[in-house]
Amino acid sequence: MTEARHNHYLIIGNSAGGIGAAEAIRECDKTSPITIVSDEPYPAYSRPLISEYLATKCPLERMLYRPPDFYEKSGIRLLSGRTAVRIDIKDQTAELEDGAEINWDKLLLATGGSPIVPPIDGRKSTGVFTFTTLADARAIDKFIKKGMRAVVIGGGLIGVSVTEALERRGLKVTIVEMKDRILNTILDETASAIAAETLEKNGVKIITNHTVTEINSEFTTDRIHAVTLDDSRGISCEVVIIAIGVRPRTEIASEAGIRVNRGIVVNRTMMTSHPGIYACGDVVEAYDFIHGENRVTPIWPNAYLGGRVAGFNMAGRPTVYAGGTALNSIKYFGMAITSAGVFAPVDSTGEVVTTKNGEVYRKLILKNGRLSGFIFCGDIERSGIIYGLMRDQVNVAGYKQTLIADEFSYISLPEPVWRERLASTFKPQPVEAETVKVEALR
Amino acid sequence: MHTPVKRVLVNEPVCMGCHLCEVYCQLQHSRSTDLIKAFKKESPRQLPRLRIEARNPVFFSLRCQHCTESHCIYACLTGALSRNTDTGAVIIDEEKCTGCWTCIITCPYGSIRPDTLRHKSVKCDLCQGAETPACVLHCPNEALVYEDTGDREGKVSRVEAPVLK
Ligand SMILES: Cc1cc2nc3c(=O)[nH]c(=O)nc-3n(C[C@H](O)[C@H](O)[C@H](O)COP(=O)(O)OP(=O)(O)OC[C@H]3O[C@@H](n4cnc5c(N)ncnc54)[C@H](O)[C@@H]3O)c2cc1C
Repeated sequence: MTEARHNHYLIIGNSAGGIGAAEAIRECDKTSPITIVSDEPYPAYSRPLISEYLATKCPLERMLYRPPDFYEKSGIRLLSGRTAVRIDIKDQTAELEDGAEINWDKLLLATGGSPIVPPIDGRKSTGVFTFTTLADARAIDKFIKKGMRAVVIGGGLIGVSVTEALERRGLKVTIVEMKDRILNTILDETASAIAAETLEKNGVKIITNHTVTEINSEFTTDRIHAVTLDDSRGISCEVVIIAIGVRPRTEIASEAGIRVNRGIVVNRTMMTSHPGIYACGDVVEAYDFIHGENRVTPIWPNAYLGGRVAGFNMAGRPTVYAGGTALNSIKYFGMAITSAGVFAPVDSTGEVVTTKNGEVYRKLILKNGRLSGFIFCGDIERSGIIYGLMRDQVNVAGYKQTLIADEFSYISLPEPVWRERLASTFKPQPVEAETVKVEALR
Repeated sequence: MHTPVKRVLVNEPVCMGCHLCEVYCQLQHSRSTDLIKAFKKESPRQLPRLRIEARNPVFFSLRCQHCTESHCIYACLTGALSRNTDTGAVIIDEEKCTGCWTCIITCPYGSIRPDTLRHKSVKCDLCQGAETPACVLHCPNEALVYEDTGDREGKVSRVEAPVLK
C-alpha cells in the first residue's frame, strides 16, 4: 500500500552518502519532507569506527556520526531496520520488504557496498565473519576470546583494520594476501613494506602470494579449527575474517533499468541514467579527476561529497561534482601513512620523486608537471598542502623536490604560488599610489 | 548559506615573526591557562593551532581559514568536525576525534595538526567565540586583525566548491 504521506525526497542508505545529501538538501530546502530508509537498525554511525568498537568496545553513542537529535532537528524521517527491495521508476515509488510503499519526487541511491564472499568451502561455518557493519563487529566481539588465533583473508584496508582490532583484543592474527604485498591497491612496494614491518613488529603474521582454499570445521560442532591454503598448508585458527573487498550494492538500481557498470553510473551532477534519480558513495562509479573518467572509489570523503553534490541538485541548486580520487589516511599501530591518486605512474610519461629516511618516506607521482598521486609515510602533517596542489592541478615541475623536503612548509613554495594560494589569509594591502600611476599610464 | 565568519587576517608587511601568537595560542588552549604551568608542567603540552611561516624578511602565521566549503568536515570519518552555527567556526569535538588524520590530507592550508601524543587533530577554533582570539589580542604589532570577511573564499578551496557558476 502506498502511504498517503507525500515524500519529496527519498534516500536509500543512511551513511556518509545519504547524510551528505540530506544535509545539503536542508541547506537549500528547509521544509520539503525527507525520508531516509536504512536496513541497519540504528542512526548513522561511523563505519570506519567499527574496528575501534571491536578493539575497545566503545559505546554506540561514541560511534554516532551525528548528534542524537540530528534527524528530529533536520526534519528527517528515518525508517531504520527496513530494506528497500524494489523501486518503480514509472510510479516513483519504492517498495520495502515489509510491503510498505513510499513515494518520491527525487530519489537518492546511497546503498554502499556489500562484502565479497568467495565460494570457499566452509565459509558458512561457525567462526567465519565479514567485517563491514556494526553488526559484524558485534558478532565478532561476542565470539572471540583472548588467545584465539585468527586468519584474515585479504590484506586490504578492511583486512588490516580488523587485524589491528583483533591484535588489540589479544588474538594472534595471520593475514593471507593473494597478491605479493598488503595494501597493494593504495600503496607502492616501499610503503607496503613499511606497513607490513609495523604489523609484524606488533605480532601479526603475513602470508603473501597465497589464498585460502578451504575453511575446515569440526564435523559435530561446525566450529572451525583451521584453514587450508592453495599450497595445501594448514593454519590452525578459531576465527576467520573474510575481507577481500566490497562490491557496490547495485541490485535495486539494475533491476529498475538504471545504467550500471561496475557501480551505478552517474554524471557530474551525480544523476543516474534516469532523471530525478541520483546516486553516490560506494555504490557509484563517479568522476575521478586524476584518471579523468568514472571510477569506483569507495572511501568515506568521496561518499559524503558526492552526496552533497547530489543533494544540492535534488533540491534544485545546480552543482557539479569536481571529482574525487583515491584518498586514504591510515594509522595502524601508530604508523601514519597518507596517500592519494595513483601510487605509481600509469604510463611512460609519468615521473616519480622520492625521499626516504628510515620510516619517513615521501613519494610524488607527476604527469606533465602536475601531481597525479603521492604517498607520505611517518610524517604526514604537510600532506594536505600537497593534496591541495594535486586537487587544483598546479604545475609543480619547478619545485617538486621542495615538496618532499624535511622542512617543507607553505613558504617553501615560490612566492607567487603561496601568495595566490593563501590570498584569503592576508589583509588586503592598499594599492600604492606609484603602482596606480604606472597602471594608469599603460 | 553559512553565517559569514570573522577571520583572523595577517597584515603581512608588519609581521616580524616574533612567535607571540604561537605562545598565546598554546596558552589559550592549555589546561591551566597559566603561562608557567602551561609551558613547564603540562604534559602532553598543547600544540599551537597556527604555524609561523618564516623566510626572512617575510613572516606570517597561518591558521584555519574556516572555509565556506570545508572539506575537512566532509571528509571527517567520525563526525568530530562541524561548523559552529553561531560563530561560523569549523571546530573539532575532541571526544569524537580518533586521530585518523583524514582531515589533515584534505586541508589545503596544512592548518590541521596531528597531536600524536593525544591522538587528536587540532586546529584554530577562533578561541571558541571569544571577542578577540588570543593570537590577535597579543600581537604586539597589529600584524593580526580579526575582521568580518563575509564569505570571502580562499583561492585554494575554489576548485572543489561544487556550485556551478
Ligand atoms: C572496516 C572499515 C574501515 C574503513 N575505513 C575507512 C577509512 O579509514 N577511510 C575511508 O575513507 N573509508 C573507510 N571505509 C570505507 C567507508 O566506510 C565507505 O566508503 C563509506 O561508508 C561509504 O558510504 P556510503 O554512504 O556510500 O555507503 P555505506 O556506508 O555502505 O552505507 C550504505 C547503507 O545503505 C544501507 N542499504 C543498502 N541497500 C539498502 C536497501 N536496499 N534498503 C535499505 N538500506 C540499504 C546499508 O545497509 C548501509 O547502511 C572503511 C570501511 C570499513 C568497512
